[in-house]
Amino acid sequence: MDRDQALAFLHDMLLGRRFEERCAEEYMKGNIAGFLHLYPGEEAVAVGVIHACETSDYIVSTYREHVHALVRGVPAGEVMAELFGKRCGCSRGMGGSMHLFDPQRRFMGGYAIVGETYPVAIGLGYGIAMKDLPEAVICFFGDGAVNQGTFHESLNMAALWKLPVLFVCENNQYAIGTEIHRHSAVPEVYKRAAAYRIPAERVDGMDVLKVYRATEHALQQIRAGSGPQLLECLTYRFRGHSMADPGHYRPPVEVKAHQQTDPLELALRELSLVYPTPEQIAAGPDALLKLRQYCFDQGHLHEEGFKELEQQVQDEVEAAVQFALESPQPTLDDAWQALYCNRGDEILI
Amino acid sequence: MAEEVLIWQALNRALDEVMAADEDVFILGEDVGLYGGSYRVTEGLYAKYGEWRVRDTPISEDSFTGLGVGAALMGLRPVVEIMTINFALLALDAIINMAAKVPFMAGGRLPMGLTIRTPGGVAKQLAAQHSQRLEHTLMNVPGLRIVVPATPQDAYWQLKQAVLSDEPVIVLEHELLYFHKGPLDPAIPPPPPHRAVVRRPGRDLTLIAYSKMAVLAGQAAERLAAQGIEAEVIDLRSLSPIDWQTCADSVARTHRVLIVEEDCRFAGAGAEIAAGLTERCFTRLEAAPMRLAGLDMPTPYNGTLEAQTIPQVDDIVAAAHRLVKEGS
Repeated sequence: MDRDQALAFLHDMLLGRRFEERCAEEYMKGNIAGFLHLYPGEEAVAVGVIHACETSDYIVSTYREHVHALVRGVPAGEVMAELFGKRCGCSRGMGGSMHLFDPQRRFMGGYAIVGETYPVAIGLGYGIAMKDLPEAVICFFGDGAVNQGTFHESLNMAALWKLPVLFVCENNQYAIGTEIHRHSAVPEVYKRAAAYRIPAERVDGMDVLKVYRATEHALQQIRAGSGPQLLECLTYRFRGHSMADPGHYRPPVEVKAHQQTDPLELALRELSLVYPTPEQIAAGPDALLKLRQYCFDQGHLHEEGFKELEQQVQDEVEAAVQFALESPQPTLDDAWQALYCNRGDEILI
Repeated sequence: MAEEVLIWQALNRALDEVMAADEDVFILGEDVGLYGGSYRVTEGLYAKYGEWRVRDTPISEDSFTGLGVGAALMGLRPVVEIMTINFALLALDAIINMAAKVPFMAGGRLPMGLTIRTPGGVAKQLAAQHSQRLEHTLMNVPGLRIVVPATPQDAYWQLKQAVLSDEPVIVLEHELLYFHKGPLDPAIPPPPPHRAVVRRPGRDLTLIAYSKMAVLAGQAAERLAAQGIEAEVIDLRSLSPIDWQTCADSVARTHRVLIVEEDCRFAGAGAEIAAGLTERCFTRLEAAPMRLAGLDMPTPYNGTLEAQTIPQVDDIVAAAHRLVKEGS
């Protein structure tokens, strides 16, 4: 990986981390309402996967999708404004945190019913295949979504018709508060793909380079016409399921285990400025710190450069909050227009 | 020039024409391809357009309907056939949570040119799980359009309009009307898909019905005429939106309204129509709007009992007599 790419990854991971922590602050202030599912800990998945895509590929995501949207290039201000419910939000204030859309960037939405991303993704994949286009579809889902019927229905159809879909499992090991061994008879998600003869791989979802390379490889196969692939990224969220969830179900022994397996990150904490917080490091191996270390080791970045990057990201997030604060509220008329956006000029009697 | 065709043939012709004209149109559903459709509606299209545009799916209603949603998001025009509306219950997430919501949740920035065709209604002794009418469930969902054709001409027009629309449209077809014959003239320009039509003018009361009940209402009106009662028959053609103006204009002339529906009475389509007309024409009414509807009961298998659970022509005639006597 060259310097520019490494720094772009680091920038996006830092942006994802800082953006989400700022969201938590704005939620506490009351500027963001509703359900708010934050991403810290899982950044390597969004960054690794989406950086391996072409801009013409489609992304279908879940309700924990702010960082997917940011990495895809949806302006941070438009994402934040959407969380604020404002008119300048990427969904015009009609969608909120769980429903970010940006058709121009082929970001085809966040879906808040678990298991909905599969059928949407195979629909896009079907259209691509029917028209014989070179594009692919990324279908994000969590480990909690693999027990929905749509997982099996859609994987079957994707395999049957060789649809260009990369199914990406963000396995953070919890379906809200239910640990994967308590919700899945086969907790290795990638093994389930074998039921549909879909090639599948499990990668360390805390390592952005591994995620990136696995995605790149899978997309090469998909574009060569071999049909769908599945990538399981093992990851861990530092926070609870949502802002309403303190995450008490995760036993301290698990958190301690993560601490013990991650001495390097703990050492790096001494050097760390703002990101991540000690609590986050305590929660497990941090992909962000791994990448930072990689950039240091490769000579792409030094401590001063890292500080500058942090400052740049900080400024971006502050600008996004400012943009959201200044954006006007949508009106009821805007809502009616959104509902009937496809009705055209037809006059109803 | 009009020719006499069956409703399934009119639907088939509509699909053939839109598929020939627009490569973005494709069909998917159970047995729509090689088999030709369980009611022959897609007959011949697989051979003509190939498997990518006429796709036989596995029995996975939620995901293949959702596939239609995903394809519609990229501007395509999928026509999803759900073999019967009873199976659409498995696809309600795709219909209600996705098709009806996504363009709105995206702030009005995505198309949803999805058409869902689904046969339904009480057919012939198919029992409780294959005899449902679920229009009330779908009518309560903002963002969906629902058309209910009762003639070959309307089936042809409304299916074509549905496929060419960027909105999600549900085409509720009646299983007992597929072999119903009537004139079809493709050259006549269609009215808006939601426009109701006065099938028969009258002065003594208004019969409002849709789908198969519109046909029965017409037959009842003939009988009533022979008995000296002139019933105006309105075929709604659309359940969402509803053409209130045509209904209200009729009630202003007749002052009495009888709503006939095959669906269950409680919280059904008729309840909405009765309430809507009461609000709009209260002072014009000489009697409370009357509803004739299916019984609030799962459909029994027994043929005699089955017939007793839904309105028949005799029932409509009798109810019309009662209504005309009221308040006069």
